[in-house]
Amino acid sequence: MSLLDVVDLRVTFSTPRGPVHAVDGVSFCVASGEVLGIVGESGSGKSVTLRAIPKLLHANAAVTGTVRWRGADLHTMPAEDLRRVRGGQIATVFQEPMSALNPVLPIGLQIDEVLTAHTTLDTAARRRRAVELLGLVGIASPTTRLDQFPHEFSGGMRQRAMIAIALAAAPALLLADEPTTALDVTIQDQILKLLLRLVADLGMSLVLVTHDLGVIAETCDRVAVMYAGRLCETGSVHNVFLRPQHAYTHALLRSMPGEGAARAMLVPIPGQPPRIDRPTAGCAFAPRCSFVEDLCTTTRPPLIDVAPQHRSACYAAARLPVRAA
Amino acid sequence: MSRGAWLLARLAQIVPTFLLIGIAVFVLARLLPGNAVMAMLGERGTDEMVARLTASLGLDKSIFAQFVAFLEGVASGRLGDSLAFRIPVTRLIAERLPVTMLLTGLAVAFALAAAVPLAFVAALNANRWPDLLIRAIFQVGLSSPIFYVGLVLLTVFAAWLRLFPVGGYGDTMWEHIYHLFLPAITLGLSFAAIVMRNLRAAILGVINAEYVDFARAKGLRGSVILLRHVLRNALIATVTLVGLEIGSLLGGAVITETVFAVPGVGRLMVDSIFARDYPVIQALTLALAVFVSLAFLLTDLVQMWLDPRVGR
Ligand SMILES: Nc1ncnc2c1ncn2[C@@H]1O[C@H](COP(=O)(O)OP(=O)(O)OP(=O)(O)O)[C@@H](O)[C@H]1O
Ligand SMILES: [Mg+2]
Repeated sequence: MSLLDVVDLRVTFSTPRGPVHAVDGVSFCVASGEVLGIVGESGSGKSVTLRAIPKLLHANAAVTGTVRWRGADLHTMPAEDLRRVRGGQIATVFQEPMSALNPVLPIGLQIDEVLTAHTTLDTAARRRRAVELLGLVGIASPTTRLDQFPHEFSGGMRQRAMIAIALAAAPALLLADEPTTALDVTIQDQILKLLLRLVADLGMSLVLVTHDLGVIAETCDRVAVMYAGRLCETGSVHNVFLRPQHAYTHALLRSMPGEGAARAMLVPIPGQPPRIDRPTAGCAFAPRCSFVEDLCTTTRPPLIDVAPQHRSACYAAARLPVRAA
Repeated sequence: MSRGAWLLARLAQIVPTFLLIGIAVFVLARLLPGNAVMAMLGERGTDEMVARLTASLGLDKSIFAQFVAFLEGVASGRLGDSLAFRIPVTRLIAERLPVTMLLTGLAVAFALAAAVPLAFVAALNANRWPDLLIRAIFQVGLSSPIFYVGLVLLTVFAAWLRLFPVGGYGDTMWEHIYHLFLPAITLGLSFAAIVMRNLRAAILGVINAEYVDFARAKGLRGSVILLRHVLRNALIATVTLVGLEIGSLLGGAVITETVFAVPGVGRLMVDSIFARDYPVIQALTLALAVFVSLAFLLTDLVQMWLDPRVGR
């Protein structure tokens, strides 16, 4: 049984300009000890998907679908049970390190309160653990840093502090939304290695949202590609990168520099970005797709198995050229 | 700049503030219509008596010399005698000021005790019926004049129900609080309304902040999220307002003390103005101004405690 099961997740924001379908029928699962990468253009619904899982969205978001954690439905369980899962079993790292920390509380307290909520450690043990956590994410002189406030931290340090907070209660699943964007390449590697070590040593599962295809290739077991709030393709990193079965994935990978490049950032694909306030009847990528056929513009392609453990929602899957390895 | 240095600078600011207050009081007393000597002697003063009193009050000296003498008097606590009561002004104020401070303190305490929880209820139910109800009630409180609220409370709770005395101050601390109960509610009502509105808006501004979402993602208890993450940040803006409102609270205290016959400095001020009791007016203005500056200082200290970014 998988640890996390997301089935047909839909998130619609009500805005003054009408409904916005930010997440439009997304299904995926995460097994114990697995690393799932989520890629997609800016605005494709990655962050909203992550926030919907532990029910963090606000009242203006209508959420449907089911999110099962170890078989229990997170969205219908009693509030106190959900609270224990949040932070204790499913931890979250937000995308924006500058605003996710409370400006008026010392960093140490912001770590400490997670430990208070989810462990039985006494004050001294919690402080030792907080020092250890800051050290773990590579913050120098952690003991002094504990008593400092967020405004005394650099952006990269805040991001690492946020990761330390998320890891505090040794969660079974970490939902990390671009956890290394504010970091330079060396520290980025350090943090990713730390996360992979926790996956290997403690069997933690990881959902990693990133713009960086190179990071996906290096760290993830499986990858999910999102476009306009929909899931285009999911499968093992090996299969998806080698034999993409969705025209969007194909275009993404083609926009990536050659294999020699250490880091491959997502380069935008020409054409208008999709409008999620007015969803199309067919495939959302059709207007920009070079493999488009009539069916694509009229009927939404279903997400189907194209190979074992490899699903895609593309009528052109069979016609896509094989990538030169 | 370190926090300690900031604190010292803030404390040092008090000196010029008090000096300015002193100048203002000195000038104001001389701008008041009429002449102090004439007021003291009344119709019966002969030219000789006027001259003698003018000299004894030092009013024949240069304005600068008068100011220095005035400052010396303030510094040494010699502010003259009340013309009406014939006792030293300092003694009069020492008797009456604690009454007003207790009244204002109780008013602030009652107002905060009501406004803070209700602001939460209103903000957490924004634009639903509890919010609309609370806002409507406070709107009435805000738009009712103090003397009217005071008379209504006095009629209902003191005259009809006989739950509270109609006036006076009592002798022990408990009696003081008992006597000041209705006056404090009267005085605190519009203050509570202002704090409630401001804090409600501040909570609404904070409640959707990323760090509050992150606190929820951490699995903290609801009370920890509301008090530590929401209230604390929301209070930073409200505390400033509380400090600024202390001045108008003292203005309200004048009316409240008159309605409820409370022997505080507010009523003393009114009586002294009618009696042209200049030494008392002058000393009271000074005392109240000092009281307000100390309230501002306290506000700044609370703000510094709430917000670590202040003074760094
Ligand atoms: N609270 C909200 N109210 C209305 N619309 C929202 C809200 N939050 C997100 N959206 C919209 O939902 C869509 C998906 O946003 P999301 O933040 O998930 O994108 P993303 O894939 O994380 O992008 P990025 O890579 O830039 O972080 C966007 O069009 C965004 O404007
Ligand atoms: Mg995002």
